[in-house]
This record gives sequence, structure tokens and C-alpha cells, in this order.
Amino acid sequence: MMTSLHSFLFIALPYLTMGVFLVGTFYRYKVQSFKVSSLSSQFLENEKLFWGSTAFHVGMMAVLCLHLIAFLFPRTLLAWNSYPIRLILLEVTGFVFALSFLAGLILLFVRRIYVPRIRVVTQWTDLLIEVLLLFQITLGCVIAVLYRWGSSWFASDLSPYLWSLVRLNPDLQTIIAMPEIVQAHVVGAFLILLVFPFTRLIHSLVAPLHYLWRPYQQVIWLWDRKRVRDTRKKWSEHLPKNT
Amino acid sequence: MDIRSQISMVFHLDKCIGCHTCSIACKNIWTDRKGAEYMWWNNVETKPGTGYPTKWEDQDIYKGGWKPAKNGAIKLRGAGKRQLLNIFSNPNLPTIDDYYEPFTYKYLDLIESPEGEVQPTARPVSLITGKPIDIKMGPNWDDDLSGTPDFARQDSNLKALSPAQSQAMFQLEKMALYYLPRICNHCLNPACVASCPSGAIYKRGEDGIVLINQDVCRAWRMCVGACPYKKSYYNWNTGKSEKCILCYPRVEAGLAPACMHSCVGRIRYLGVVLYDAEKILQTASGEEQNLVDTHLDIIVDPNSPEIIRAAKSNGIADSTLRAAQNSPAYKFVKQWRLALPLHPEFRTLPMLFYVPPLLPVMASVAAKDNDPKSLNPIAKIWDDTRVYDTSMDKVFGTIDEARFPLKYLASLFSAGDEAQVKIRLKKLMAVRIYRRHLTVGDIQANQATQALDEVGLTAKDADAIYYLTSLAQFDDRFVIPASHREQALEMLEFTGDVKGCTGFGTKEHPGRGP
Ligand code: SF4
Ligand code: SF4
Repeated sequence: MMTSLHSFLFIALPYLTMGVFLVGTFYRYKVQSFKVSSLSSQFLENEKLFWGSTAFHVGMMAVLCLHLIAFLFPRTLLAWNSYPIRLILLEVTGFVFALSFLAGLILLFVRRIYVPRIRVVTQWTDLLIEVLLLFQITLGCVIAVLYRWGSSWFASDLSPYLWSLVRLNPDLQTIIAMPEIVQAHVVGAFLILLVFPFTRLIHSLVAPLHYLWRPYQQVIWLWDRKRVRDTRKKWSEHLPKNT
Repeated sequence: MDIRSQISMVFHLDKCIGCHTCSIACKNIWTDRKGAEYMWWNNVETKPGTGYPTKWEDQDIYKGGWKPAKNGAIKLRGAGKRQLLNIFSNPNLPTIDDYYEPFTYKYLDLIESPEGEVQPTARPVSLITGKPIDIKMGPNWDDDLSGTPDFARQDSNLKALSPAQSQAMFQLEKMALYYLPRICNHCLNPACVASCPSGAIYKRGEDGIVLINQDVCRAWRMCVGACPYKKSYYNWNTGKSEKCILCYPRVEAGLAPACMHSCVGRIRYLGVVLYDAEKILQTASGEEQNLVDTHLDIIVDPNSPEIIRAAKSNGIADSTLRAAQNSPAYKFVKQWRLALPLHPEFRTLPMLFYVPPLLPVMASVAAKDNDPKSLNPIAKIWDDTRVYDTSMDKVFGTIDEARFPLKYLASLFSAGDEAQVKIRLKKLMAVRIYRRHLTVGDIQANQATQALDEVGLTAKDADAIYYLTSLAQFDDRFVIPASHREQALEMLEFTGDVKGCTGFGTKEHPGRGP
């Protein structure tokens, strides 16, 4: 049975989320660029951060990748899962990374509460996002245990729903049929994306991958003096020359 | 040839009185903010000592700077593209405790405490947590060799000495010290720029000032560990790194940076040098034993017609060229070869040079140790038998028998090459001998000429060195070409528009983001 709550959670909320995410991110990046930062607190506390942050980030990246694969290439994933051994391998790997994700987050959360120096640099958005993530990962882990072989049913049942959203033709059939705990996990994901631009999560969008391609040294010229000093041209003609 | 101009600095260490006025001038203008309290873009250290942050020179700890790699190349010691994997937790990052926990005192308690049996006190509180703290460390707690066992004896440069030599340095009657004021060196091959994953740090083409674009910095903190001089600081409040900006708004207007303007000892000189940018990589990857010479070779002669032509075709303005020709930095560094870079072995090609200190070296004790102390009948004080040896029996004798091992100075200023330090100390000495001949007159003319000849200086050089060291006026010490006014204005105006053009790159109110 489709209720109005369903249509709110699975139609209105995702579109609202996407809209807020795009506009919010653009605004943060363009207008508030100074305030876009990973806000690292390693400088104030190092040891707990090492364990917490590493476990958290590595686990998070792996889990996120697996979810993305299931969303983007459901058929490939199903084909891979057609051999039980591969399926089990994938599920176990995913679960281990999820646990690392969870353990890292708990450690970071505890650190945030108990280290006085870190409490000083804690904002309510940090707590908000950490609680949301905690809720989301815990749900994810419970689902992985209760409803076995999530990589397969994600690809076969959840992906079509998500793709129907992308195609602007929402089809709630599969999602409504899912257990409530899975539905909560999906809603949790939307909520996280909704607040994403206004929390420290935004730093993941400015991850410095371009560093790998750029030359080490950077010299920036405000003026191409040769052109500025050329009296035959308009004096104001100038281009920043970046080498 | 790719001639570029660079604002370069010279600090004359014999003149530094360790007053920290420079640090305060800088602090009051730039780092008097939340998150920046612990930063001293300009700091003054006592040498021997561990400095600020503790043991910054020890690259086994912080892995800063460049190191030679295979087939003659160089690579960043603790940062770089491969080290991007450390981004979640940078193992080479100094933490606040390596600097010191910033503090203040509850002064109001002195006034507002209720009347009682005991005097109220102003308790120290942390500027981070606001809680009372037990102060363990400050930015200059090793001042004047205080706490010698904890600080001076831990100096990383003592590694270069034999145990006996370093033991000898700390005998009470031999103990010596000098001050080492430090700011960002605005290097030609900056490790901070190379290590920044965001590409926020850059060198300005026009004047070589190294800046961090505050809009692009994302707190990846790589520069903090990568700068071997620890002159890039992490602002724990805004989540942005900051560093000395060489007071660029002042320099653009032709004014001296605040630390230099306020320097009480007048030890600081600032001027333009021209260098050949094509040679940067080659110079930075040179053999360690030649590093000082190759480093100085990259700076070119602003009077040579060929260089002038190349500079002009590169768009360097006439005013800048004129400043380069009158540059006190060029005179100290190249013309007289009196100044040395700090730790050239870090291979960032620093553009701040130091005239090494002669005083602690020649301060050998007069051989009157056997005399009993005598009470001066007039002054009613005990005559100190331990005085500076100012005798001139042996020209340069005191340098050879220095009580401050030359090896120690060489470890700081010439990658261990004692000859480089020695010739410079001898030059300083020769100028003194020459001046003593002129003013006191107890040294014969031939002795003075002989001293100058031996170090390859002429009487004219000696006069000029004497003038620039002792008498120089403001405009002699700071020769700064102003940006052309109309361009200077637009430089400020364009700061926010063009990604990383000049300045901080931000027009926003600098606050902590969510
Ligand atoms: S001294 Fe200054 S320019 Fe050189 S590496 Fe350090 S921060 Fe960069
Ligand atoms: S103001 Fe000048 S003399 Fe005083 S400590 Fe600084 S550099 Fe030395």
C-alpha cells in the first residue's frame, strides 16, 4: 500500500535533497569558500585521531564505493554475485569495512566529547552529522546481518527505484515492499545528503586529487607585465599568467 | 635565462640584541586572533637551543624539506604525491604541544576578588580551552640559555660535534650564545608550495613572496610538516594554514615589513635580488658540499648589461632594476659574500640570509685565569678576569681558537662546511681590524691592509661594509621598489576575483565554517 508518507519520504524528500545539495554546495563553494575546510583537529589531538580518522575514512570510502557500484552497475554486480563464493567474499569484505567505518566513527565521537581541546572546536553541525552517520551505519550493519546478501537485493530491487528517481519517473513499487529498517536506511541517506553542504562533510568534495597531476611548484603572476607595459595597447589589458 | 626578481632579506646576527620587538610588532599586526595565538611568524631563538617549535631543525622528527633522491633528483622528505595517503592523519605534523599551549592570565581576578586573608592572584588559563593550566612551555623559554639542560643541550646542531666538543661548549667559562631571529624565508624552491595538495600556496611572480590563498586552503596540513623551518602554521580555529606574508601590503606600498621597521638592533636589511629561475631545480639538487656556492650562484649581477637586458625582456620594471642595483641584500650576500643561508641542506633555497655572529666566536677568555680576583678600589666591584680577548697580537687568532666551535655554526649556516663560515668571520674581523686602525690607532696600517688582503677586501669595501653595518639609515637598509601605484590598487581590488592572484585571496569575513 502506498501512503502519503511514502510519497513524501521516497519522492518529495529525495528531490528536495538533490535541490538543496546542489544549490547548497554551489553556494558554499562559490560564496563561502573561506569556510570550506576539512577543519582538521589533528593539531590539537593526534593519537586518537590517527586510529579514529584512518579507520573511519578507509571504511567509509570502501562502503561508499560498494554502494555506488550497486547503484551504477547493478547488472555487473549481479553477474559477479552469481557464484556463491564471490558473493560471500564481497559481503564479508563489505562488512569488515563497515565495521571499521563504525569503529572509527565511535572513536572520533568519543574523542569529540571527552577531549577538552576538541570540545572547544566542536560545533552543533559536527554533532548532528556524527549522530546521523552513527544511526546510518548501525542500521546498515544490522541490515547486513538480518537481511543477508544485500549486495544482490540492492542491485536488483533498490537500484531500479533509485534509477526511477533519476529518470524523473519515480516508481515506488520495490521500495515500499522492503522491510522498514531498509526504508529507514534509505531515508537516512537522503537526510545525510540534505545536510551535507552545511556540515564539514563538504570537504570530501574538495578532495585534492588534482595534486597528483600538477607540477610541484606554483608561481602566480598577477600581471603579464610585458602586456601591461605595452603602450600600444590599452593599459588595462592584462591576464594573470599562471605557471 | 629567465630572470625574475625576489625580495630578499639579510639579518646581521652580531647586531641582534634579542629584544623580541620584531616578534611583538608582527604579533600585534597579524596573529593577534583566535587560533593564531600560538603563532609567531617572526620568532627569536637563543642558540644553542631547541627553538620554536621544539627541535624544528631535526628533520628526523618532522621530515621537512627536500632530500636527494635517485639519479641526482630531489624529493620532498615527508610530503609529496605519494604521501597523499597520509591525508587522514599526517604523521609529520607537529601538534600544539610541540609549540606551546597559548595562555593568558585572569587579570580581572586581581581587581574583582572579594577582600580576604590572602592576596588575589592572576591564574594562568589556556587560550584554547579557557581552563586553568600549568604553563609548561612558551615560545621563547630557552631565552638567554635559561633551562640549559632542557633546551640548549638538546640543540639538534650538536649532533655535528663530537661529545667532547659539545661538552666543552657548556663549560661555564666557555658558554656563549647568540640570537637567531627567524621569519619565513620566502624560498625559491619552497617545500610548503610543493607539498600543498590543494594548490593553495604559491609564490608571487612579481616579488617572490610566498602566500597561502585562504580561500583554497582546506586544512590538509601538509605544508606545516613540509616546511623545514616550521614557518607555516595551522590555525586550529579557522581550519586554514597561515604563514608570514612579508607584510606584502606594506611592501607593495614601498614600506618595510613591520618586524624590520621596528627592529631595535637595526639588524635587518631588505632588498631586491635578481635570480635565474631556470636554474632553480639544478641548484636545489646540487651536491651537498657545494650547496652554499651554488645557492649564491643563482643570484645574478644586476649591473651586468646582459642581465639587465634579460630582466627587461622579462617585464621587470626599471624601478625594480634600480632597487636591485642598490640592494643591501645583494651587497651582503653576493658582492661581499658576508651572509649565508640558514640550513641550506634543506634545499628549499631560502632567500633570507644571515651574517654569522662574530662576537660569541671571538669572545675567548683572556688568559688571566690564574690571577686572583681583585677588588677594584674605586668601583668597589670585583674585577672580572674573564674578559673578551681584544688583543690583536695574532690577526685572526681568536677565530682559529674560537670558543664556539665553527662546526656548530657550519651546521647551521653552511651544511657543515666550516670554510664557508670561517672566511665570513675573517672578513668581519678584518673590517674591525681596519676600523680599529683608523679610529683607535693601535694597529699599524700595514697590519690592517694585510688583514684586508688576506680576505680579499679593499679599503673601499671595508668602508662600505662598515657604513652599512653601523651607520646605515633607513633608506639604505630597506630598498624596496613600490608597486606602481595604479597597479598596487588593483592588486588589492582583484584579490578576490581571480583565483589566487595576490594576497590572501579572500574577501570573506574569516570565520570557522561548519
Ligand atoms: S620558509 Fe617559507 S617559503 Fe620556505 S618552505 Fe617554509 S613556509 Fe615555505
Ligand atoms: S627586534 Fe631586531 S634586535 Fe630585537 S630581537 Fe628582533 S631582530 Fe633582534
